[in-house]
Amino acid sequence: MEKKISILVVDDEESVRDSLSLWFVEDGYRVECAENAKKALSILESDTFDIILTDLKMPGMDGLEMLRRIKVLNKDSIIIVMTAFATVDTAVKALKDGAFDYVTKPFDPDDLSHLIRNATRQITLAQENETLKKRVDSLESVEDLIGKSEAIKRVLKEVESVAPTNSSVIITGESGTGKELVARAIHANSLRKFYPLVSVHCGALTESLLESELFGHEKGSFTGALYNRKGRFEMADSGTIFLDEIATISAKMQVELLRVLETKSFMRVGGNKEISSDFRVICATNRDLKSMVEKGTFREDLYYRLNVMNIHVPPLRERVEDIPLLVEYFIRKYCTTMNKPVITIDPAASKRILAYQFPGNIRELENMIERAIVVGNGRKIGLADLPFGKDVIESSVESLEDFEKAFILQILNKYSWNISRTAQALKVDRVTLYNKIKKYSLKS
Amino acid sequence: MNPPTITLFTFGHFERGFLERISGAVTKEYNCSVVIKEAHTDISEFFDPGRRQYNGDKLLREVDTLQVQGSAKVIGLFQVDLFIPILTYIFGQAQLGGRTAIASLYRLSNERYGMKADDELLLNRFIKEVIHELGHTFGLIHCHTASCVMQSSTYVEDIDLKNSHLCSKCRTETGKV
Repeated sequence: MEKKISILVVDDEESVRDSLSLWFVEDGYRVECAENAKKALSILESDTFDIILTDLKMPGMDGLEMLRRIKVLNKDSIIIVMTAFATVDTAVKALKDGAFDYVTKPFDPDDLSHLIRNATRQITLAQENETLKKRVDSLESVEDLIGKSEAIKRVLKEVESVAPTNSSVIITGESGTGKELVARAIHANSLRKFYPLVSVHCGALTESLLESELFGHEKGSFTGALYNRKGRFEMADSGTIFLDEIATISAKMQVELLRVLETKSFMRVGGNKEISSDFRVICATNRDLKSMVEKGTFREDLYYRLNVMNIHVPPLRERVEDIPLLVEYFIRKYCTTMNKPVITIDPAASKRILAYQFPGNIRELENMIERAIVVGNGRKIGLADLPFGKDVIESSVESLEDFEKAFILQILNKYSWNISRTAQALKVDRVTLYNKIKKYSLKS
Repeated sequence: MNPPTITLFTFGHFERGFLERISGAVTKEYNCSVVIKEAHTDISEFFDPGRRQYNGDKLLREVDTLQVQGSAKVIGLFQVDLFIPILTYIFGQAQLGGRTAIASLYRLSNERYGMKADDELLLNRFIKEVIHELGHTFGLIHCHTASCVMQSSTYVEDIDLKNSHLCSKCRTETGKV
């Protein structure tokens, strides 16, 4: 649906406001007027406009000061300054402060039409640019979903069938298995692909921050809310919102999320205007939501609202046959990024990688390859370039004590048994470290 | 009940034949009866000596005060140079979705632009302008169809490019009114 371009006219002369308003309404624009800068800024606190046409000389705050304040609120605002007292100085000043253009009153009807047409073209170009950028990002990220195993083929098939629908999806799987990539693949293959995919890592934010992040906030709604801010739901309009680590959200947020999913409308924190947004929701979690529902820590109604489709991403140890392809892919990716010739991997190193359990899944493999390229000789990744036996503790450790022992030994070796430096690295005092060495009978 | 009427109020002298052609075109376009009336208002008080033009906003309000029994729409026809404070000139203006409009011949004649007089062209331009402004009183906004009379025109050349009729979409819109 084509959105009406909106214009805010700011002028202290009523006849100017009325004439411009009528002119723009006849041209099919949405128009609002303000008689001074203060009123305009107050309107801009609760509404947004594509173009702001303002007089330069007004009683109270002048147009230049208002321009500066609007630019702080929204640096992309298109502001056209008009004045009856044109001088080159003020024109240059206005342009330097970010005005889109400058006109002298009264102006020819044709100049006005051209001015607005140019501004509209600028808005359209900026929107197209943003959409295309997001589209490119999405398409690039889908390439990361690599593999030939039955397990990954099943995931891709599910992505293919769920993508064109509007259904909510929950992606489950261990950390580092690539749940976000699956979400990107769903978005990039959906009808919403030309609109944004907005990601929110729910686990990284406190309840109040998450609320403001998702719903946005109005200026002054809490300490530090200096400006109006769009929320992620608003930003995801016509696109997709990806809520990672959904299991971590509080009971209060679960209620709010359910309401938004049901009505597709919400209010900004501290706001009183209902905002509608058409988004699709994809969630991810590494926890068992079903058992959380049974325990009463996750709302059942929200669970069923989100869990229309479920895609489980298998851990890397269940798709070992994909490891060589992934290794090759990450080598090419990081050599290209680092401007190095694409290298190969030594068979012994390859064998060692295949034997490893990868508790950190693909993320761990990716980091391992990146590191190997950095520390390696630039010709071939060898066993020595891999962190096995040095920084990585083998997954064969079975208890916390085994783990602690292995880890302390690893750090002691790293610092050549220098007790002070090792204690510092482990963030314990030297006495504690001596006690641990004694307890585990560690020897250099 | 009588069908709604559009009244053409003339300010200054217009040839009878010229007015009848306009009246015919308006009748055909809006499918209603048209009455021509002569206004006896002294418009000198609407003259702005600084700009040497007539204030279109004030004239629109003045025409709006003229009471005409049974008239759904009223348009004032002028021969003087019109302006509104923010623009250097206007061909005409109207109350969007209202009752009243104004239009002027002044800037439509070839002679204003150093060209040879063309009475037929002038008449056609004025007909388009009158139908355009009346369209606004029916609630029509500017149309993007190149040939539609509701296409925005800021130069006389623009007026010549469109025809004197509403496109089908605009016609449907006026039907709703």
